[in-house]
Amino acid sequence: MAMTDHAPRFVNRADQKLWFERIPAPWWALAVVLLFLPVVANSFWLFQVMGWTFILGMIGLSLMFLAGYGGMVSLLQMTVAGMAGYMVAILGNSGTVTVSLGLSWWIVLPAAFLIAALFATVSGALAVRTEGIYTIMITLAIAAAFFYFTRQNYTIFNGYSGFNLVLPPQLFGVNWREPVPFYYLSLALAALSYGTVVYVSRSPFGLALQGVRDNPRRMAALGFNVTAHRVAAYALASVFASAGGILLVWQNAQIAPGTIGMSAAIDVLVVAVVGGMRRPLGPFIGAFIYVILQVFSPDILGFFGFSAERFKLIIGLGFLAVVLFSPDGVLGLWDRWRARRRQQQDQLSGGGAA
Amino acid sequence: MDDIIKRNPLRSLIIAILIAVFLWLVFAPWPPELVAKWGRKQIFLNALLGGITLGALYFLVAAGFTLIFGLMRVVNLAHGSLFLLGGYLGYEIASLTGSWFIAFPVVFLVVGLLGLLMQRFIFSKMEGEELRQTLVSIGISIVLADLMLWLWGGQSYSILAPGFLTGPMELPIINSINASTGATNWLRYPAVRIWILIAAIVIGVAMWLVLNRTALGMLIRAGVDDREMLAASGVRIQLVFLAVFGFGAGLAGMAGIIGGTFQSLSPGEDTRFLLASLVVVIVGGMGSIVGAALGSLIIGVTEQMGFVYAPTYSVVFTFLIMAAVLAFRPQGLLGARR
Repeated sequence: MAMTDHAPRFVNRADQKLWFERIPAPWWALAVVLLFLPVVANSFWLFQVMGWTFILGMIGLSLMFLAGYGGMVSLLQMTVAGMAGYMVAILGNSGTVTVSLGLSWWIVLPAAFLIAALFATVSGALAVRTEGIYTIMITLAIAAAFFYFTRQNYTIFNGYSGFNLVLPPQLFGVNWREPVPFYYLSLALAALSYGTVVYVSRSPFGLALQGVRDNPRRMAALGFNVTAHRVAAYALASVFASAGGILLVWQNAQIAPGTIGMSAAIDVLVVAVVGGMRRPLGPFIGAFIYVILQVFSPDILGFFGFSAERFKLIIGLGFLAVVLFSPDGVLGLWDRWRARRRQQQDQLSGGGAA
Repeated sequence: MDDIIKRNPLRSLIIAILIAVFLWLVFAPWPPELVAKWGRKQIFLNALLGGITLGALYFLVAAGFTLIFGLMRVVNLAHGSLFLLGGYLGYEIASLTGSWFIAFPVVFLVVGLLGLLMQRFIFSKMEGEELRQTLVSIGISIVLADLMLWLWGGQSYSILAPGFLTGPMELPIINSINASTGATNWLRYPAVRIWILIAAIVIGVAMWLVLNRTALGMLIRAGVDDREMLAASGVRIQLVFLAVFGFGAGLAGMAGIIGGTFQSLSPGEDTRFLLASLVVVIVGGMGSIVGAALGSLIIGVTEQMGFVYAPTYSVVFTFLIMAAVLAFRPQGLLGARR
């Protein structure tokens, strides 16, 4: 995955492996497991656990893209997702007929993506006027402002109660809220987002963005427009967040200010940090851990005699432990473990076995 | 001053006119046409005073935040949790001892000590890693928020002010003039809010004096400008860091008691005040005490005015001010370019 670390090698066409040979075996195994999961798993696992993992992972992925490749830790991604979700509810059908316009899906979906992208671009343009930790503060402030705004505003966002009965369109005669179709829909979108991030990270734009992250002054001296690259990264990241946000609305069939509150924005950060922000796989791993903890915390906590409400405490302590002891997340732990094992093997074989 | 006026005659004139209009709005009795358009003068004055006193509370929270940030570059996102913790502790102490005043020093010490521990055992271990410090402070705020929810539950608490602070007091501002009798109706306003405003001003002035007129203040200002050079010249900068962190945390805790007295304490207030501090220091300028005062005043008044005159959009005004400051002066109104 970290292709950028390698210098380009020039090989004969005949020596070059075919595209499916270049993907390592564990990935094929993962793909097979994910594709055939509906055969064994029940609807609770498919819809609640895996669906939610993919959604949270996609929103975390948009944060990972900004933070890992652009060096901008934005707490805005949940808000962007919420914006797209709100647009689906406002422009499309919902239980609140007084506000919802009830347009058809082929207008609603592109419009939701566009409006969310516009929102992300404008907020990003504001946020990139400052650097480093200031970005966190500003994006947090924007996210909070949007949260309080949706809670107060009844004409557009229907205030405290938000929207319910927001259902996906019955495309191709399939009810996309059924567990199996929803699982495949979220899996497909998550895989697409993942692939896009991997592709973009190796594209000229992605490489320039990583250059901007590492040394903005040098990139500016080389003639790259630093601000434009950063704003474009916000715009691109908004697409993954929007996809996650729309799926989230369909999964819950409702959206309210609580969906995009401060704790939700911080949850996305937790997910990305716990998984690891260096690689696009991190947020999905973090999301899986988060969802598993969330779903099974009542049982685990009950086992130790605590009340089930202490879930946040576990998340907070776990997050603290990760930040304090392994700042690059679970993936970082895995990398270090592999590196150490390889070192030990080398010592046994007298070194040099690459 | 003369120089500035000579250089920008037009701008000075506009500012002078705006100040004159504002003073007239506050002190003169309103003519009936204005009342017909904007509502009674009392509503305006209440919103204005409410904004100023809310700004005083924001200042108490944001001053510690901006000081810690200016000196140590630590964005302490657990600052709101310290505020709420101080409020809850103050409530417990006030109801236990029956004295509102005892709560202040005790809370200052306890929350300040918590701040000291955070700085000593966590933030100082990762000096220079700003992002990691921020993430850790987020983790601490999650844990503290849940612990407080565990201990104090979801209901809201209100701290009772002592007797002589309750009830209204008369201010030398005309509220309205009775048309038939000609008697002047002076503005009456809750005494506790006025005293909090006075206390905030005293604390602010004291902080300014300490920072600008004492040896300790000199050290802190030198640390804000260049902490490596300060450390190189033999100052034990970690002690200065500890003192500032403890003081900032203690101040947030005391602000929690005040917040619990004139509003209420409940889960969620921590993020509200964290957000307020963020916006205040973004608007006022990071690391500047005067900037924090100015930012608190602007944000407090805007918020209250918005609540009274445009309830659905009041948050948007606050946000627009922040966006405008970021767009035209990213370092904040009184912040220094770094």
